Amino acid sequence: MRQIDQLEKGYMKDNVPAFKSGDTVKVHVKIKEGDKERIQVFQGTVIGRRGGGLGETFTVRKISSGVGVERVFPLHSPNISKIERLRQGKVRRNKLYYMRKLTGKSARIDEMLSEKEGDTKEKSKG
Amino acid sequence: MKELIGIKLGMTRIFSSDGEAIPVSVIEAGPCVIVAKRTPEKHGYRAIQVGFGTKRNSLYNKPELGHFKKSAVEPKRHLKEIDYDGELEVGAELKVDIFKKGEKVDITGISKGLGFQGVMRRHNFGGGSSTHGQSDRQRSPGSIGSSSYPSRTYPGQRMAGKMGKDRITVLNLEVAQVLSEQNLLLVRGAIPGKKGTLIKIRKTNRKR
Repeated sequence: MRQIDQLEKGYMKDNVPAFKSGDTVKVHVKIKEGDKERIQVFQGTVIGRRGGGLGETFTVRKISSGVGVERVFPLHSPNISKIERLRQGKVRRNKLYYMRKLTGKSARIDEMLSEKEGDTKEKSKG
Repeated sequence: MKELIGIKLGMTRIFSSDGEAIPVSVIEAGPCVIVAKRTPEKHGYRAIQVGFGTKRNSLYNKPELGHFKKSAVEPKRHLKEIDYDGELEVGAELKVDIFKKGEKVDITGISKGLGFQGVMRRHNFGGGSSTHGQSDRQRSPGSIGSSSYPSRTYPGQRMAGKMGKDRITVLNLEVAQVLSEQNLLLVRGAIPGKKGTLIKIRKTNRKR
């Protein structure tokens, strides 16, 4: 087991920013088209993180032209060049799968304003 | 023939340079010390006997220690004969770097023991109907043969029983990475057995 942990460490990124479920993030993804490479940004709400070690993934959900879109990213994939946290959400669980059923006003997540409890509410898209 | 003995450590994933996640089995392979040789003149066939792994000194019995003493090598936990036709002397070491990234290997080991399993799990039977007036038939095997002729069940009829713990060889697996310093071999895909299973790795004899 220790040997596998060590092996995984060699592949893991050491600069992964702290973010949790409910946060709004910008994920910069490298995309290969033929021999050209460009960066695409996927912005949305993190609705879950799962797994640990090198296999950890997170799911980002956004509403794109009225349709809900979810993407699962491997946290340590070299194709993810950067993760930016735009906003910290105030949520009470890790898996926010209930967001899939919600639309409009109810599909908002309160912003966490301080470390303890954000009591001021701010609106944003889900 | 390239062959090594190792221990399955488990599975993980690695990323290739273009970002592809590769599922890999991690094997601690070698170093294998050559303990004895089998020669056509003396034994009628050609092979080498290799030792691998360690155990507490008090666990070796005297015949074992004598065997290792004769060839002047450190006592090893496992002894196996492998095919080899190269020029290697007793005491030499086979290391994981005999394999290279991208090579294809076959892996042999004892699969996980699953205990006594019913026909649905063991032989993929369909089970019985839960409706149409049936009771207690949902996982049953159904008929195991005809009646007055032959009045017996034919040998080989598939039934419930012990499953797993078989010797399994998985062919044509790609070597994903070789870490010669840590004696680790990373192979793409799953291999038989659980963590700690003794594994035999050989260069594949499948032709491409």
